[in-house]
Amino acid sequence: MEPTWIALASIVTAGLTLAVGSIGPAFGEARAVAQALAAIAQQPDEANTITRTLFVGLAMIESTAIYCFVLSLILLFANPFWDFVIERAGGG
Amino acid sequence: MRLSPDELVFWQWGPVVLNATLVFTWLVMALLVVGSWLVTRRLEPGTGMRRGQNVLEATVVWIRGQIAEVAPGDADRFLPFVGTLFLFIAVSNLLAAVPFFEPPTGSLSTTAALAGCVFFAVPLYGIARRGLRGYLKQYVTPTPLMLPFQIIGELSRTLALAVRLFGNVMSGTMIVAILLALAPFLFPVPMQALGLLTGLVQAYVFAVLSLIYLASASRAREDGPGPS
Repeated sequence: MEPTWIALASIVTAGLTLAVGSIGPAFGEARAVAQALAAIAQQPDEANTITRTLFVGLAMIESTAIYCFVLSLILLFANPFWDFVIERAGGG
Repeated sequence: MRLSPDELVFWQWGPVVLNATLVFTWLVMALLVVGSWLVTRRLEPGTGMRRGQNVLEATVVWIRGQIAEVAPGDADRFLPFVGTLFLFIAVSNLLAAVPFFEPPTGSLSTTAALAGCVFFAVPLYGIARRGLRGYLKQYVTPTPLMLPFQIIGELSRTLALAVRLFGNVMSGTMIVAILLALAPFLFPVPMQALGLLTGLVQAYVFAVLSLIYLASASRAREDGPGPS
């Protein structure tokens, strides 16, 4: 297996992971914020509770995007397969 | 490019490694402890208090109010643990604006340790409130079929706590580093300001989530099982 193929696959997969993984959370967060704004407009007295729940929910939704981000960073900067290939090439 | 402050090693002697995460964690701890000690040395009971005492009192009262909104009646039980988590994460995230300071929360080991504290504090608080039987019973309600899912849920939310905080802080630091290489001097500043906001929100989210886990595990039985 040539090392360039591993590098190619890692880079392309990292980009795809980040691109696909940010679409879903973006839609989800947009929906959550829109609903929360509508709720605050209807009941301004409950703004504190709604805002707190919104933040917690946003963090929950966002964590899927963060997983994808961490995964793509691992693929780019701390790739275990790349390290393995380099090690084997160095060892002979 | 450095992924985390773990890779910046100041001093090494055999297996003992003194890296930036440790040093800056100690720095934040020293800042919090010495600051609070200096302020609480001379407390004023009346209205003529010093500025430091005013700041600390306002902070504690605010945290206590936020806890009381989520877990009414239990604020004083959760205040030490949740307040410590929030203050440590918030201070280390806010200090990221200081040059040469690398937030220790940008390292997966720190955030994993904090999430591990929450992981072990949940059964401790739950057993202290409801007894061992009552705590274990929530795993098999409504049916024992839910047991594997409850256990998986406990583990995955711990992982989510750790990775969420790490990813947010690390991405903020990394975006500033990348922008510094591409377009230095002016462009990184707005991203750094955004990083301050994200850091504070993430500290709040971490504290509120761990508070919700603690409160749902130690809720009285007649209320039924809380949201996981």
